[in-house]
Amino acid sequence: MQSTLNRRLFLAGLGCTAAASPLLTPVTFASGIGENRLVVIILRGAMDGLDALRPYGDRGFAALKGRAVQAVASEATELDGFYALHPALAGLKPLWQAGELGFAHAVSTPYRDKRSHFDGQDMLEAGGADLNGNMRDGWLNRMLQSYPGLHSETAYAVGRGDMLLMKGAAPVANWSPDAGLYGLTPQGLRLAEMLMEGDPLFEAAFGEALALSGEGLGQMAQESGDMAMASMNAAARAAGQGGGHVQIAEFAAEKLKGASRIAAFSLNGWDTHANQARTLTRPLSRLSEVILGLRSGLGGDVWGKTAVVAMTEFGRTARLNGNGGSDHGTGGLMVMAGGALRGGRVWADWPGLGEPELYQRRDLMPTRDVRAYSGWLMRGLFGFETGFIERVVFPGLDMGADPGLLA
Amino acid sequence: MSFTREIAEIRFGTGLSPRLRGPRDVDDMMRRLAGPDVMAQRYRIESFEDFAKRIARVTALWKIRRANRGSEEADKATQKISAQKRKARKAQQLWLWQALQRRAHTQDGLRERLAFFWGDHFTARGKVSVMRRATSPYVESAIRPHVAGYFADMLKAVTAQPALLQYLDQKASIGPTSAEGLRAKKPKGLNENLARELLELHTLGVEAGYSQRDVTELAELLTGLTYDQEGVFGFRPDYAEPGAETVLGKRYGGGDATLADVHAALTDLALHPATARHLARKMAVHFISDSPEPALVAAMEARYLASGGHLGEMTRAMLEHPAAWAPEPGNVKQPIDFMGSALRALALPQEIEAFRDWRKIRNTFATPMRLMGQTWEEPLGPDGWPEADSAWITPQRFAARVDWAMNAPQALGELPDPRALLTGALGNRAPEAVGFAANAAEDRRTGVGLIFASPAFQRM
Repeated sequence: MQSTLNRRLFLAGLGCTAAASPLLTPVTFASGIGENRLVVIILRGAMDGLDALRPYGDRGFAALKGRAVQAVASEATELDGFYALHPALAGLKPLWQAGELGFAHAVSTPYRDKRSHFDGQDMLEAGGADLNGNMRDGWLNRMLQSYPGLHSETAYAVGRGDMLLMKGAAPVANWSPDAGLYGLTPQGLRLAEMLMEGDPLFEAAFGEALALSGEGLGQMAQESGDMAMASMNAAARAAGQGGGHVQIAEFAAEKLKGASRIAAFSLNGWDTHANQARTLTRPLSRLSEVILGLRSGLGGDVWGKTAVVAMTEFGRTARLNGNGGSDHGTGGLMVMAGGALRGGRVWADWPGLGEPELYQRRDLMPTRDVRAYSGWLMRGLFGFETGFIERVVFPGLDMGADPGLLA
Repeated sequence: MSFTREIAEIRFGTGLSPRLRGPRDVDDMMRRLAGPDVMAQRYRIESFEDFAKRIARVTALWKIRRANRGSEEADKATQKISAQKRKARKAQQLWLWQALQRRAHTQDGLRERLAFFWGDHFTARGKVSVMRRATSPYVESAIRPHVAGYFADMLKAVTAQPALLQYLDQKASIGPTSAEGLRAKKPKGLNENLARELLELHTLGVEAGYSQRDVTELAELLTGLTYDQEGVFGFRPDYAEPGAETVLGKRYGGGDATLADVHAALTDLALHPATARHLARKMAVHFISDSPEPALVAAMEARYLASGGHLGEMTRAMLEHPAAWAPEPGNVKQPIDFMGSALRALALPQEIEAFRDWRKIRNTFATPMRLMGQTWEEPLGPDGWPEADSAWITPQRFAARVDWAMNAPQALGELPDPRALLTGALGNRAPEAVGFAANAAEDRRTGVGLIFASPAFQRM
C-alpha cells in the first residue's frame, strides 16, 4: 500500500501526463455485487479432457485405443463413481469434497473440423459463433465494457503472454510479476514520458508500466549498466526457475484481494501429441498448483466470493495415436473452482463413447457450448442480464437452462 | 513516396549505421541480395549438416550407456551426454551473437531480415535433447540459401530438415498399412500435424478452401519423410502409406512411394493462387504495416505468380511499390530487430572480446529478449512470432525495452555522444522531441537510452 501511495505522489509530481495516468482516474469502489471475483485461465494447446477428468464409469472409455490404462480410479482420484481425476490433479480432491471444485465435460466452442490451435484459441477468446465475423476484441473485455464502476484495476491480464480474451475498448491492466522499469532516473522518466507523447501505443504502455512498477522504480539509477543488467536477469531467472505460474497466481491473488475483480492468464503445454502418460502430467500439476495457490493467496473470505474457470480451445481425439498421444479433437473439458462455486459435481449431458456416439467417429461429442457456462458464471457473479450476455458478450449464443453453477 | 536510404535501411534492412552507406536504390538492394553472402562467411553459424554430428555423438553415447547399463562406463556416457547438451546450449547463445553481429555489420540488411522472416514462417523447434538447439543451423541450411529463390525450393528444403520433422511430429507419422505400420509391435499411425501446418501456415493459409480430407490425404502422402539417429534426413518407402493420395483434387503417387511424389505436391502447393495471396500479404504485414494497402499485396501476389513462385521477385515487387516508402513511421521492431539496429547504430567494433563468453551473451541479449516477449528461438507455436504492434508494446514488454536501452549500451563499450547517435540512428527521420531529450538528458547513458526507447527508433 505504501508503495502505491508513493507512486501516486511520484506521478503527481511529474506533472506532465499525470491526468492521463490510469491510477489517478476517479475510482469508485463498488460494494455488494462488486465483491465477486472471476479468474479465467486459458489452457493453450488443447487439454485432453478425457484424460484430465476420466469417465471411467463409461464402459466405452477403457475400450478406446490407449485409454485402458486411464480407466482406473483410486481412493485419491475417484470422485462420484463415474468420473475420476487424473493423478496429477489428485491434490484438488479436498476442494471437490468441500464443494469448491467442479467440471463441465463434453463442452466446446462452436469451432469445428479444422482443429487449428490458433483458430480454436481465437474463437475461444473472441467468443463468437464463427471466425467470419469482425470480432477483434475478446469476450471478457466486452463484458468489462458494461461492468458497473469499471476502473483501471478492475481487470488484470497477468503474465508475459498476450490475450485476445482481454483485448478491447475497456481498460485492462496488464502486468507480469517479473517486470519493472528499473533503469531510469526520475529526470529520465520525465523525458521518456514526453517522448512517448503522440504515439498512443507507446504512451499507454509506458504510462501503465510506470504505474505498475514496484519499489524498483528509478532505483537502478546509481548502478552501472552491468549491475542493472544483472538485476534484470536475476528477476527473470527467478520467474523462470520458480515456475512462473506460481508467481502469476500469487500476483493475481494479491490484485484480487485489492481493487481488482477479474483476472485472466494463460497456461501452456497441453498439446500432447506423443507419450501423454508423461507429457500431460506437468501441465496438469501446474493447473493444480495455480488453483491451490489462488485459494491460499486469496484467503477464505475472498476465496468464498471467487470463481475460477479454466478452458481450452478444443478437446483431443477419443483414441490415442500410435505415439501414445492424442491429436486435435472437438469436445473437451472446463475446470471450475472457487468458494463461490456450487461444486462437487460434474455438469455434463454425457454423450457416451461408443463409436457412433463420437463426433465424426473420432472425438468426444460436444453436448454444450463452453460459452454457456462462462455466460452463466457472469450472470451469477456480476448480475448481467442473459439478454446482454447473448447479444453483446457472446453474440448469437443461446445460454439455455441455468446449470446452477454458483452456491 | 519513393526510395530513401533511411527507409531502405530502417524498414527493409537492419537499421541505419553511422558508418555503412546503405543501398543507393532498389536495384542496388536487389543486387546485394543476389550477391555473395558475406555475413554468413564472416560470422559463422553451424550448418545443419555439422549440427547433425552433435546428434550422432549423443546417439553413440546412448548406445554405450545402454550396452553397459549400471557400469562405470555408463555413468561416464551419461555425463558426456549432459556435456553435449551443455555445449549445444552454449553454441545457441553464440549463434544469437553471430546473428546480431551480422545485423550490426552487414551491407545487405535485407538478407538478414528475409532470413528471419522466412525462418519464422517455417518455425521449427527441436523438442528433445540437443535438437532443441538446432534452430539456427536449420535456418542457415534450409532457409537462408533460398530467401531470394523459388518458394518451392524452400518448401522442399525445410521438409527435409530433421528439426522441422521433429517439431511437427512428422518423424512419428507412419503409414498405418505401410510395411513399418504392419510389422511394428506397438501400433503406430498417422500424425497429421505437419500436413495441417503445411496447408494452414506454410502455403494456402487458413482462409483457403481445403478440407479435413485434404489434410489427411496430404498426411498420408508425407509418410516416409523421416531422419535417422544420426540426424540425417531420408525418405523411407517402407514408412509410406501405399496408394495414391488426392490433395485439392489432384492425385499424387500410386506407384512405388518416392520423394518425388511428395515434391510434386509441394510444387503444386507453392504455385497455388491461395499460397501467393497468403505469402504476399504476410510479407507486406511483416515489413510494412499491420494492415497493408491491398494494391501493394495484389502487386506482390501477381509478381509471385508471374515469376513461378520466385521470392526474390515478390520482394522486388514490394520494394517497387510506392506504398513501401510511405514516410510515416511503420511497424514496431521485434526485439531482435530492436537490438540488432541498436548495435548497428552504436557502430560496434568488428570483434568484442567479452562476447566470446556465452554467459555475457545470455545476460545482455537472450534474457532481456525474453522479457521483451521474444524468447529466442522459442515462439509458442508453429505460427511463430506475432506481427501486431500491440503484441509487443505492452507495459511489461516495453518496460524491458526501456531498461535494455538504458543499460545495455554501456555494457557494450564506450557510449557515444547522444547528439551524434541521434543522426547516426535516425538520420533525417529524427523527431524534434527526441533531439530535445537527447540534449536535455543529465548524462550520456540516459541520452543514449532515450533515443533507443523513443517510438521513432522503436518503429520502422
